[in-house]
Amino acid sequence: MSSGVGSTEPPSRAGAGFAGAGAEKWQPVIGLEIHVQLKTKTKMFCRCRNGFGGEPNAQTCPVCLAFPGALPVPNRRAVEETIKLGLALDCEIAERAVFHRKQYFYPDNPKAYQISQYDEPLCARGQLTVPTPNGEIAIGITRAHLEEDAAKNVHVAESGRIHGATATLVDFNRCGTPLVEIVTEPDIHDAETAKRFLQLLRQTVVELGLSDAELEKGSMRFDVNVSVRPAGSDELRTRTELKNMNSFNFAAKGIEREIARQVRVYEEGGTVEQETLHFDPAHEESPPLRSKEEAQDYRYFPEPDLVPVQPPREVVERLRSELGELPGSRIRRIAEMLSFYDADVLVTGGLDRLWSEVVAAGADAKEAANVLANQFVATGIDPAAVDAAELAKLVAARAEIPRAAFDEALAHVGDAGFSATPYLEQKVVADTSALDPVIEQVIAANAAQAEQYRAGKQGLLGFFVGQVMKETGGTADPRVVNERVREKLGA
Amino acid sequence: MIETLTLTAERAVRLLEAKEISGAELYAAYLDAIGERDPDLHAFLHVCDDPGGDGLPLAVKDVIGTKGIPTTAGSKILENYVPVYDATVIVNAKRHGLRIIGKTNTDEFAMGSSTENSAYGPSRNPWDPSRVPGGSGGGSAAAVSGGLAPWALGSDTGGSIKQPAALCGHVGLRPTYGTVSRYGVVAFASSLDQVGPVAKNVRDCAYLYSVIAGRDANDSTTVDVPEVAFPTADDLNGVRIGVPKEMNGAEGIEPGVTAAVERAIELAESLGASVEECSLPKSVDYGVACYYLVAPAEASANLARYDGVRYGLREDGADFREMVMRTRDAGFGDEPKRRIMVGTYALSSGYYDAYYGTAQKVRTVIKREHDELFRRFDVLVSPTSPTVAFPLGAKVHDPLAMYMNDLLTIPSCMAGLPGLNIPCGLSEGLPVGLQLVGAQFAENTLFRVGHALELALDFNVVPARYRT
Repeated sequence: MSSGVGSTEPPSRAGAGFAGAGAEKWQPVIGLEIHVQLKTKTKMFCRCRNGFGGEPNAQTCPVCLAFPGALPVPNRRAVEETIKLGLALDCEIAERAVFHRKQYFYPDNPKAYQISQYDEPLCARGQLTVPTPNGEIAIGITRAHLEEDAAKNVHVAESGRIHGATATLVDFNRCGTPLVEIVTEPDIHDAETAKRFLQLLRQTVVELGLSDAELEKGSMRFDVNVSVRPAGSDELRTRTELKNMNSFNFAAKGIEREIARQVRVYEEGGTVEQETLHFDPAHEESPPLRSKEEAQDYRYFPEPDLVPVQPPREVVERLRSELGELPGSRIRRIAEMLSFYDADVLVTGGLDRLWSEVVAAGADAKEAANVLANQFVATGIDPAAVDAAELAKLVAARAEIPRAAFDEALAHVGDAGFSATPYLEQKVVADTSALDPVIEQVIAANAAQAEQYRAGKQGLLGFFVGQVMKETGGTADPRVVNERVREKLGA
Repeated sequence: MIETLTLTAERAVRLLEAKEISGAELYAAYLDAIGERDPDLHAFLHVCDDPGGDGLPLAVKDVIGTKGIPTTAGSKILENYVPVYDATVIVNAKRHGLRIIGKTNTDEFAMGSSTENSAYGPSRNPWDPSRVPGGSGGGSAAAVSGGLAPWALGSDTGGSIKQPAALCGHVGLRPTYGTVSRYGVVAFASSLDQVGPVAKNVRDCAYLYSVIAGRDANDSTTVDVPEVAFPTADDLNGVRIGVPKEMNGAEGIEPGVTAAVERAIELAESLGASVEECSLPKSVDYGVACYYLVAPAEASANLARYDGVRYGLREDGADFREMVMRTRDAGFGDEPKRRIMVGTYALSSGYYDAYYGTAQKVRTVIKREHDELFRRFDVLVSPTSPTVAFPLGAKVHDPLAMYMNDLLTIPSCMAGLPGLNIPCGLSEGLPVGLQLVGAQFAENTLFRVGHALELALDFNVVPARYRT
């Protein structure tokens, strides 16, 4: 299931991880750098298929393998999708954007330069407004630009050797696939907002159809720059970079830890070194991956094989008209009807459209939200596959049908031609004349527990209710059972 | 008996169409000529068997990728490289039925003015084998001049088509940047590289240009090209010729060269052209310096892909880095190494603005200076090379002296403009080249002027020692 779905429970307060005297004296400064793989049909600068799978190095050609004489030709679709994302992020779209060569030598980079953008990106100076429980926070977008991805290095143990000699194989299938890089201003001051920003950005990208943005597959990746400064100051101190975080929760945790570490360093009179930290959720500390003593010199220069990109204004306007209502705005709108948390979970989970349809079909708004956010989400069913009218019937009947029937119906709600009717026909047993014998039988069979309950261990009530539900195959009305068990035990 | 030394492409086509000769006979005649004279000239790095068909043979500079035919770019690092795809110019040539007869020698990665930087040994000038044929396209030049191919493809970054054409006494066009696809051509300096035709006369040159020119979906820097007009006129009525004084009076131009060029200019006037002196001060003063920042900078990036991993030479090493270092050490010659170092330096953080950035600004100035002149003139004329062909070894130990060979060809290259060399006479028994530079996309003007002058000059393109 998507990693964008959070808990419906209110999150812990930002900075809670380093709660203490230091927290108020220091303000964290956080900036994000996000890479999103576009799911265009073909690669950024050649006509090779862009997609996962396939035999290693099967999706390659002279261009993406950097054969002598090969030249890049930009993918128009990728340019348009980047502009679309830029518009969703309220960016200015450049009238003239330039590709640069970013030079570095590594086996995953066959030309020894990456075609990227430097001082004239496609999109710049935007913002994404992130709804939070405490109001809205506008995060500045420095830029969003288009570049090509590198190949994948696969480290393998060399067969036939006893000692740990290893070899590195390169799979160029990913090489040259389009990648959008989004850089934020250092406008974020707590881990929770960073997480919310990432979730909202992810949802935006997914909804615009630009990318699957799956963290596990690496189609969305991000680095976090963290520094702290004395509260009230506007200086920017040395920052560290956190890399390799594959979930938003890990990111939040990693940021909190790093903030706490830097505060500790300063409070002990030390200095923070500029370095890159590899976050490992299994360890308490973020161990340094490598230190950067000086910035690498990429020897950028304008890519002479490409002409500047000059998107026609009418294309930009067409793309703008295709945007629709963006997730941030929907969170705000839905939060007015439900709670912020429900709205947040529905929208960042990609469930709010279905929710609206289910409500429109007659279901109670809050009830529908609960079903979708707590139960439906766990099924992994594609919301788009669901017939909202049928789901609405289920939601409305939730209390009247057995729990087991409801769960089963929900598990099939995405099936083609799904009908709620057969499930609705199974009524819960609320008839005390049918339930009482079962309840008495359960109490008799668990005399010791009944004794304890009567002696004051009220928590055992749930045990008895559970036993009765089990005996009735989940068909009993839990509210009636609850009531009757209490009465019988009290008797 | 087919006399390849005098046979023009146009005449060969007529003979084929009239079935007076067959395609096989024609091809065989060139293979015979290669067998006879190439041991002396070393124009070819690779000679191909007749692939069959009735089209004309075509010699191809070895920086142009040819599917299934080795393409070394004159470098050891690509010694065993056989492309899996044809360059667009080759696709176009094949579509017109042309048959690749072989790959011609070049300075390594087209870096040089004499072919002495070829990893496979220099080519020699058909007029005097003790002298260089020019470079980097000396192989294509020697092949056409020596009758080893009716015509050839070259590539020109700062003069590599025009200067060898001048030194070997035939016609060569460096087209407007963007008119001919670079796809499949081993890159030296991407913003300057252009493929162009090398031929015995201007009409052949125009024909071969029409074959290779045009927008290419694989090269985003290409544009739509005006239709080629094959020149017929023998007058120059209404043509305005500018004579940039810095290009004609530059230090180092040999008196014999000046004399031949001045005679050609007088002839142009007698054919009806108006001739007026003009000035290109900054282009000549800064052209070479600017070129030797821009070209090495781009080359340093373009040559970084040669690492021994995917193709070409690979030396053994204990680990990846050592393998790459040894491969490059053994694979690159001195000149590429020199330019990689200069280019890397010029792009380095802290130096970019002073070097590459400034050079690009100067380039704009050079372009503007030329644009200004083309409001008043149709063509600008000057010598192509300051000297006639020089002896092998004369400049190999003095890179700066070698770079100055390109003094007169570089400015228009930096401005992206087309330039045509036609032979205009002899000095000390060696050909002198006349450079005609036109406005952007004004190839047809160059063809017209070049053709009329060529008729009037009546230069014998057969090297004197081969005449019977």
